[in-house]
Amino acid sequence: MKIAATFRKITERIARTSSFRITLLAILSAMVVGAFIIILSDIDKLQNGDIIGAIRTVGSAYWALVVGSFGSLRAISATINSATPLILCGVSVAVAFKAGLFNIGATGQMLAGGMAALWVGFSMDGPGIIQVPLAVLAGAVGGAAYGAIPGILKARTGAHEVITTIMLNNMAGFLVLWLLKTNLFQRADRTDPISKLVSAPGHLPRLFGFLSDRPDLVAHAGFVVAILAVIVYWWFLNRSTTGFEFRAFGMNADAAQYAGMHTKRLTVMAMMFAGAFAGLAGSAEVLGTYGYASQNFAGNIGFDAIAIALLGRSTPLGTLLAALLFGALQAGGRQMQANTDVPIDLIVVLRALIVMFIAAPLLIKAIWRIKVAPTSLGQTFRGWGS
Amino acid sequence: MSTVDSVITPLISAEQRKQARSVGFTLVVLGIVAAFVLGNRPGDAGFKLIDSYIFVIPAQPFARILALVLIALGAAQLLKGFGKWTNVILSIAAATFVISFLAWAASGGSFSLTGMLQDTVTRSVPIILGAIAGILCERSGIINIAIEGQLLGSAFAGAVAGSLLGPWVGIIAAIAMGVGLSAILAVFSIRYRVDQVIVGFAINFFALGLTSFLAARVLTDHPDYNILSPLRPIALPLLSDIPVIGVVLFTQTLFVYFAYLAVGIATWSLYHTKWGLRTRAIGEYPKAAGTLGVDVIKLRYRNVLIAGAVAGVGGAWWPIGMVGRFDQNITNGRGFIALAAVIFGRWKPLGALSAALVFGLAEAIQLKMSNLDTGIPSEFLLMAPYLVTLVVVAGFVGRSRGPKAAGQPYDAQ
Repeated sequence: MKIAATFRKITERIARTSSFRITLLAILSAMVVGAFIIILSDIDKLQNGDIIGAIRTVGSAYWALVVGSFGSLRAISATINSATPLILCGVSVAVAFKAGLFNIGATGQMLAGGMAALWVGFSMDGPGIIQVPLAVLAGAVGGAAYGAIPGILKARTGAHEVITTIMLNNMAGFLVLWLLKTNLFQRADRTDPISKLVSAPGHLPRLFGFLSDRPDLVAHAGFVVAILAVIVYWWFLNRSTTGFEFRAFGMNADAAQYAGMHTKRLTVMAMMFAGAFAGLAGSAEVLGTYGYASQNFAGNIGFDAIAIALLGRSTPLGTLLAALLFGALQAGGRQMQANTDVPIDLIVVLRALIVMFIAAPLLIKAIWRIKVAPTSLGQTFRGWGS
Repeated sequence: MSTVDSVITPLISAEQRKQARSVGFTLVVLGIVAAFVLGNRPGDAGFKLIDSYIFVIPAQPFARILALVLIALGAAQLLKGFGKWTNVILSIAAATFVISFLAWAASGGSFSLTGMLQDTVTRSVPIILGAIAGILCERSGIINIAIEGQLLGSAFAGAVAGSLLGPWVGIIAAIAMGVGLSAILAVFSIRYRVDQVIVGFAINFFALGLTSFLAARVLTDHPDYNILSPLRPIALPLLSDIPVIGVVLFTQTLFVYFAYLAVGIATWSLYHTKWGLRTRAIGEYPKAAGTLGVDVIKLRYRNVLIAGAVAGVGGAWWPIGMVGRFDQNITNGRGFIALAAVIFGRWKPLGALSAALVFGLAEAIQLKMSNLDTGIPSEFLLMAPYLVTLVVVAGFVGRSRGPKAAGQPYDAQ
């Protein structure tokens, strides 16, 4: 027995190392393709025959990417700041995937949560020790409520969550736009859709607040919330009964049903949990990063989160690492755009390529001519049936 | 007698009964909305059909009568049910409701109904073509979440090639881009057996990133790469002389005619040709089809590539059929709407067409609504199509069942 267990542990270790190596090679491959894109799109230099100059741009762009994400305390703070909502939304998509559901709606849930947190944020005025947790909690509740809608619709009528979450995203956008023009939310002296400011004690404290001479370090305690969320997600998945039911439901809905699990309740719960995590992301952005809400505070985070969950194979650690990678690319990308003439949109290409290469270990194997153990991909959603 | 009855009466499942009930409830809700919201604005609404004729509807009485009819229909549905007529009743009720809504919005003024319907058809083109692309893939067992990326990528290719070499080359370039992105989907999901959702989303990101990157890096400095004159509408001889319908359906750009053709050909060939039978077979039971000698892999490749070409034309619609240029993220989620139309239309070309027209109508109404003062915040009007989709999907479409093998890689053995 013991030998078998040890043996299994060793094979698992090898499998994991191999997936780590694939990840590195995938990032490398993506960078190589990205380099070609940078060179080929530099048409002015190419027309002048300045190939060396075009290649040099690649070097300075990638160098800026590294420096801008990890090169200084400021860069690390920017990376943390960008990663915070990505981690939370990544977990949101991941938890739904674990239950076999596809949560495209993180954007809408994030908007709902953010607005709920904002409301607590500007209508209270301290003390911070009560207000901040209350506002963060309001974010989770708001997100969960918005996430519950597609869950209930799916459980009761069978409406597919891919459609309903896309529709709810669009609706949330207009709802926020409208709310930001109401007297309740709109800033007093403004005519454009922009919200009141979160009161001073209601901000999420800055992580590097103890360095009083560095106001440029923007990372905030939302990151702590995000890390806690990952831990909660891990605990939930691996240590709780409901988490077990989620996984069983995700792997085989019929089997879960026959085993006596309440699949409808699981559907609603999964979407609520997903919404709660995305709502936390919204509250982190509103209470930590901006201190107010504008029309687009959710940005593209909800969609990036899908790539993150896919990349991290929906596991807690994988999602965290993928979100940190994406956050680093985001922070570095800003530096890259500032230092060179390479637009930040390059990082969206890099992210796509990384996901693609990691998803296709056989391709990596063919390109780099290495032997890799086949790694299992995390499951995504159940498809179009039931 | 009673035994005969019980034999004839079709067995209705609990789910169908539930669905019938929600249809009834929805009708009643629509009736209440008609009574209290649409019935609250006096004044006549003028709908301009042709230049010389304005069709006038008194908004308030119309809404009140409609409310009564809707509630009566809803009650009848709840008590007795319309059986196979349900869908017909529902379509008529929905159409009347839209008219009442428009009358409410336009009361005291007038606007061109014909123009709005023409816009509806125009704007549903990319959604129709995207949905056909989705159907072709999914019917062959490949989930296509990459419609958005295919539309966006081909819009970019169409804009650049169209600006440099003329609109026809632009369309060809857009098709090539659509096929190229489809080839990525095909190779990754068929050859490398990657999860189709993952590769689909990766393609979306790739297309979004690459086109935004190139637009920022190349097109901003070279505005001449991104300007062309879009195709003009062509009035089809004879057909375009039919009043109203002629303008709405037959005075359009080539893209619209191509969309008609695509829906027609897709419907006919899916259900009446050998290719269609095989395609449906490899989407449902690829193993069985393979055993009977169908080359599953080859057919999947072919269908995914054809889908890419169709989506490519859909993408070309933006620069060459409509606005004459490319902007970052110009598709703005239309590919996902097309995906919704696929599911909404239950993987049938005609179903997807109707769903796409609903979204097209919604867009056209949005365009018109900005000119009309309705007294309610414009955001709610903008939200309406998505809410309607939500209600319709939840209330009427319900549990959708896609092709059985969609999403599963195929082993040739």
